[in-house]
Amino acid sequence: MMMRRRTTLLSGCTALALALGATACGGGGPVSAGGGDKALSGQTVTVAGVWSGSEQKNFQKVLDAFTEKTGAKTQFTSTGDDVSTVVGSKIEGGNAPDVVMVPQVGVLQQFAKKGWLTPLSNTTEKSVDAGYAPVWKKYGSVDGTLYGLYFKAAHKSTVWYSPDALDQAGVKPPTTYDAMLKAGHVVSDSGLAAFSIAGQDGWTLTDWFENIYLSQAGPEKYDALAAHKLKWTDASVVKALGTLGKLFKDKQLIAGGQKGALNTDFPGSVEKVFGPKPGAGMVYEGDFVAGVAHDQFGKTVGTDANFFPFPAVGGGKAPVVSGGDAAVVLKDGKNAKAGMKLLEYLATPEAAAVWAKAGGFLSPNKKLGLGEYGDDITRATAKSLVSAGDSVRFDMSDQAPAAFGGTKGAGEWKLLQDFLRDPSDPKGTAAQLEAAAAKAYKG
Amino acid sequence: MTATLVKETSPPVLGAVERARRSRRRARFIALLFVFPALLLLGALVVYPVLFSIGRSFFDASGTRFVGGENYTEMFRDPATLKAVRNTAIWVVVAPALLTGLGLILAVLVEKVRWATAFKLLLFMPMAVSFLAAGIVFRLAYDEDPNKGVLNAAVVGVHDAFTGTSEYPTARAREGQGLKAGADGSYRTSGGVSPGESVTLGLVGVAPKDLPGGAQPAYAAAGRKAAPDEVRGVVYLDFTPGGGGKQGKVDRRESGLPEMKVEAVRDDGTTAAHATTASDGSFRFTGLKSGSYAVELPGSNFAEPYQGVSWLGPMLVTPAIIGAYLWIWTGFAMVLIGAGLAALPRDALEAARMDGANEWQIFRRITVPLLAPVLTVVFVTLVINVMKVFDLVYIIAPGPVQEDATVLATQMWLVSFGGGNNQGLGSALGVLLLLLVVPAMVVNVRRFRRSQR
Repeated sequence: MMMRRRTTLLSGCTALALALGATACGGGGPVSAGGGDKALSGQTVTVAGVWSGSEQKNFQKVLDAFTEKTGAKTQFTSTGDDVSTVVGSKIEGGNAPDVVMVPQVGVLQQFAKKGWLTPLSNTTEKSVDAGYAPVWKKYGSVDGTLYGLYFKAAHKSTVWYSPDALDQAGVKPPTTYDAMLKAGHVVSDSGLAAFSIAGQDGWTLTDWFENIYLSQAGPEKYDALAAHKLKWTDASVVKALGTLGKLFKDKQLIAGGQKGALNTDFPGSVEKVFGPKPGAGMVYEGDFVAGVAHDQFGKTVGTDANFFPFPAVGGGKAPVVSGGDAAVVLKDGKNAKAGMKLLEYLATPEAAAVWAKAGGFLSPNKKLGLGEYGDDITRATAKSLVSAGDSVRFDMSDQAPAAFGGTKGAGEWKLLQDFLRDPSDPKGTAAQLEAAAAKAYKG
Repeated sequence: MTATLVKETSPPVLGAVERARRSRRRARFIALLFVFPALLLLGALVVYPVLFSIGRSFFDASGTRFVGGENYTEMFRDPATLKAVRNTAIWVVVAPALLTGLGLILAVLVEKVRWATAFKLLLFMPMAVSFLAAGIVFRLAYDEDPNKGVLNAAVVGVHDAFTGTSEYPTARAREGQGLKAGADGSYRTSGGVSPGESVTLGLVGVAPKDLPGGAQPAYAAAGRKAAPDEVRGVVYLDFTPGGGGKQGKVDRRESGLPEMKVEAVRDDGTTAAHATTASDGSFRFTGLKSGSYAVELPGSNFAEPYQGVSWLGPMLVTPAIIGAYLWIWTGFAMVLIGAGLAALPRDALEAARMDGANEWQIFRRITVPLLAPVLTVVFVTLVINVMKVFDLVYIIAPGPVQEDATVLATQMWLVSFGGGNNQGLGSALGVLLLLLVVPAMVVNVRRFRRSQR
């Protein structure tokens, strides 16, 4: 009896909801003239990407805004780290998502070469031409066809510091690499190690190298090296390694010395600067350091944690190394057309503003007003990224085959870790890097 | 059974033979029918993958080009694979032997304690923990930072209890300001000092929060004049918080370094006087004979804190992982051997005891030989198990030493899926692993067969 009453109650509710829904839908037609045409109602766009946790939640807000506008439902699936394998198996299984957020240039190229992607629509391409620096179009294109729209970017040329530590030492944020090392010595004199380096995570070391190389050798050589048209034994590489070695071999500059650095992972390196027991004054990594400092260690970004742009090396320009997630449309998606509409939406500053407000997001879109960002630090990173324009370069190790630039305990990661352990022979390290690269790019 | 049936029911002998044959054939058919699902599963899950891997190992990374034995030669050209072979060999030689020995000792001992079952349960419990979880636990336990790794915390605790720690492990002399470093970590004035003179010894690298409590500014003490028969001086922190201080000068806000050991050293290297600095960093040597002295800050002031053992460094990583493996499997070995022990004929032991054998003799001459079959089974099972160890190595070894810890199974995975994406080479490694496991399998199967007979 009890049971039955509850069921009737429930069905009553559903009926009510349905009725309400119907009225809402019925009324939707005329009302939506102002807000959006709801042309896609009834369709579901499936999206796959590496995001999870708060990133997924914030991206969902963007998708919800799209739903609001067009009426299309959306469904986001998190793929975990290995997008290419997951998407590959989904395509083979006949269950391809419509849109994929691809985190690496290499993966985008791989998808395009396999013929999985639809070229972006003219509308999207126009938005990209108008709102993005050409370099972003280049990284989204394969053989001259635009396949990928960079929706979210990362700024990987930011050195984060604890203002307290720098004040205590009486130094100002430096603008050249040499000045940075000098400032580091002063910080070290004040009793705090200068840099906390996450040697246990090889990718942080590749980022160090890339910033130095981009600034010292220039963007042309950077591109050539990224495509492995330039050999790693080139004099410019040896020089950049030597420059990096100036930091790596100096026990005063590295928290815990080389051994300590090799025993520190990325979250640990942020903890050393922004944690409860600070052991270093500065930590280099991308804009996401702010997120860790805030979420894990409760620092207020802007007062307890600040950044300066990675300084220029030698006579070069200050580098801006970046990364990003590109949206692509799969040919085999069931609702590829609606997916394309989603991309057209993502290309608008309106879409970027939704996530920018939520935080933890940078857009390469120039049209997005800096006022949309939630705090000053993000605004400053966004400004630095957008104003770098065409001199932005993508993370080199993300462009390389995974065996070279993305494998724990192998390739570039491992060799730079060895270099951190013993930075005395840049030439030998360059030769080893070349040997590993030759093998990986061939396969 | 059939024979009696035949006798009862059928007079014509020929028909009986025919029927017997038919029923035997049917029996065989039914047996096959029953075995078929198992055979099918075995074929699909074991035979086919093995054959496929062998075939795949003759093709290149993309799987389209036949390369013959190239993957096999490449395999032994790659230093990482050679290291994997070496490490696997270490594992196979060390781990099963240690485990069988430990299991035997524990099984024999446990038999004699009162709470045997509880003890066995306790030792067996790690078997219930997944390798992944155990790996994470041991990764933490082995952490080099004594604040995180429990093993190093213990090692450092014991070490520090005996030797004590120094006051200023991070301090160092300001370069180019009159102090030169000795080989033993000490600092010494570069010029000679005579009685009647005073010196200022500037150090840097001490954070304000690391200063001993009660440290006072050194400015006043630095101004005091020395008497004719004494050498005076201050040891101070040559760094003004917030910057702005002058290097090599005692600025007003710069702190003295208390409790620093200072020595006056004669030209011939012998020590003339000792002192310890006061709270403002001042010290003095009184009653010195005239002559030239060097003022030295002995290395003991700056001894770096003991960092413990680098468990997960390139040298110790494999033994450390084997240690974790022992923790998991000791219970297994103990329980199996314990079961064998319980089945031993008691009379043999009793007889030996009656004849006056002591416990050690009984263990060596009776228990072990009688247990030999069980020990072999445990040993061979563990050998097979150790060959395919993967999870522990993959989880415990940190990135920088991954290659130093790698074994064939991790190498196979890394080469085929973990970035290498060369499944041809990976298959070749898999085949190598198979070839290495086969002898152990053969031994085990033979044993089973013999014990069934």
